[in-house]
Amino acid sequence: MNREDFPLLWEGVYLDSGATSQKPLQVIERIDRYYRNENANVHRGVYELSAKATVLYEEARERVARFIGAVRDEIIFTRGTTESINMTAFSFAEPLMQPGDEILISHMEHHANIVPWQLLCERTGAVLKVIPIDRNGNLDRPALSALLTGRTRLLALTHISNVLGTVNPVKEIIAEAHEKGIPVLIDGAQAVGRTKVDVNDLDADFYAFSGHKMYGPTGIGILYGKKKHLEKMRPYQSGGDMILRVTFEKTTWNEIPHKFEAGTPNIAGTIGLAEAVRYLERIGMDEVEAAEDEVMSYALEKLGRIEGLEIIGSPDRRSGAITFTLGDAHPHDIAHELARKNIAVRAGHHCAQPLMNFYKVPAATRMSLGLYNGKEDIDKLADALPEIREKFKL
Amino acid sequence: MKDQELYQEMILDHYRNPRNCCSMENPTHCAEGDNPLCGDHLEVFVKVDGKIIQEINFQGSGCAVSQASASMMTENLKGKTIEEALKVFDKVHVMLTGYHPDEESEDKALGKLEALSGVAQFPMRIKCASLAWHTLKSALKEEEEPATTE
Ligand SMILES: Cc1ncc(COP(=O)(O)O)c(C=O)c1O
Repeated sequence: MNREDFPLLWEGVYLDSGATSQKPLQVIERIDRYYRNENANVHRGVYELSAKATVLYEEARERVARFIGAVRDEIIFTRGTTESINMTAFSFAEPLMQPGDEILISHMEHHANIVPWQLLCERTGAVLKVIPIDRNGNLDRPALSALLTGRTRLLALTHISNVLGTVNPVKEIIAEAHEKGIPVLIDGAQAVGRTKVDVNDLDADFYAFSGHKMYGPTGIGILYGKKKHLEKMRPYQSGGDMILRVTFEKTTWNEIPHKFEAGTPNIAGTIGLAEAVRYLERIGMDEVEAAEDEVMSYALEKLGRIEGLEIIGSPDRRSGAITFTLGDAHPHDIAHELARKNIAVRAGHHCAQPLMNFYKVPAATRMSLGLYNGKEDIDKLADALPEIREKFKL
Repeated sequence: MKDQELYQEMILDHYRNPRNCCSMENPTHCAEGDNPLCGDHLEVFVKVDGKIIQEINFQGSGCAVSQASASMMTENLKGKTIEEALKVFDKVHVMLTGYHPDEESEDKALGKLEALSGVAQFPMRIKCASLAWHTLKSALKEEEEPATTE
């Protein structure tokens, strides 16, 4: 599907979209056009070019907002999921924290949704609590319920695990947290390019994601936040554009979302992101999801038949990734040999060391899907693996 | 060069039959090393007596390159003085990174360790091959912090 839109895919098998997706020509050319014909700083110039860049930038915000069921003031442009989570920790959570208060995360989080909370706890005396998972890679729901207490100030949870592919039932979980008055941040890095996300329907308080994992450019990310929270939050960084008035005595903050966008933003990245959204909308997220699900089922079946190959986890609903071990062949050696056959996969701990420790594997190999992958890619991977296993047999 | 075989027979042999791969009672020097990028973990144990490395062992987990490199290192360094071992470290470092601080070539020959030279072609794998060596260096210097190749 749409393989011809992606110039880097003309040779080779790319199975590392969980790390970053390839970019369609439409996005690449849109960024090119911006720099050739439309480049100017935003929110500043009075000349036409600047006015136009401002319009493009704000239109991008509008488009992203509509794509995820938000309104424009609720979309803050950041550098990526990582910055979006850090922003939530600093601007939203930190001022609320008293010693002994709790932040709740899960055992399947990416480091980006662990470390900011750890540091926050160090600064405030708050306590990090972890929702356990079962061997299949599903959240332990009764444990989750028990961990949502009067001391919990925030639940931060991944929508889709970048290692297990687990799709968490975030809507139900958010509803449960809200019953106890607990706000929820969802790490949507792996979800937004794969499944329809509607933050309004989910009722998420915050939703963080990255442009580069959804066919857009790197260096652009999004923090969605409910207006009522954003209005109360303190700025993240300070400088130009995030202010209304500056005197040496006092500064008043600009209105949201500008309060959180200090300095010159990634204008080209934002416009490229909007084009990626347009690309996904043209195909339709239902279509994107259905096509990927089909390749995913095929991959599970095909890899499942390879001798010595063990897939980590078997979650109730999986999307995006399959992480596996193969006999005693080490993931680096597997990835290296696959690379020689022009097959790109990821090896290592996938920025989820606590999760890897849970499964007692120091490292594993991951294949992850994008909308350009077909069954023939899975065939090539599956054909290569038995040979590699033989070579590295201990 | 791209398709050069990284896994020479010697590397596969050391991977499958690692030498000196066990823990050690009462080492005079030891250190742990991590490659956070990949989750590789190694421990290196050394027994030095009168400046001579009497015994050197390693244990840990990692890819063929990291394990073979550790195994070959222990074979190579046994019986050498600490000073000699550090010289070998420097040479291996040059071989792996392709970085020659001084070009007037003093002896760069590394014997069997040259089986690792192919790694230089694969920048992503240099950390795998150098982990054991960095860990050794930190053991000999008795650094407090675990070695890392980050
Ligand atoms: C689940 C998850 N969260 C967070 C991140 C971090 O995203 P970024 O590096 O774009 O900030 C990733 C990317 O690997 C991810 O998979």
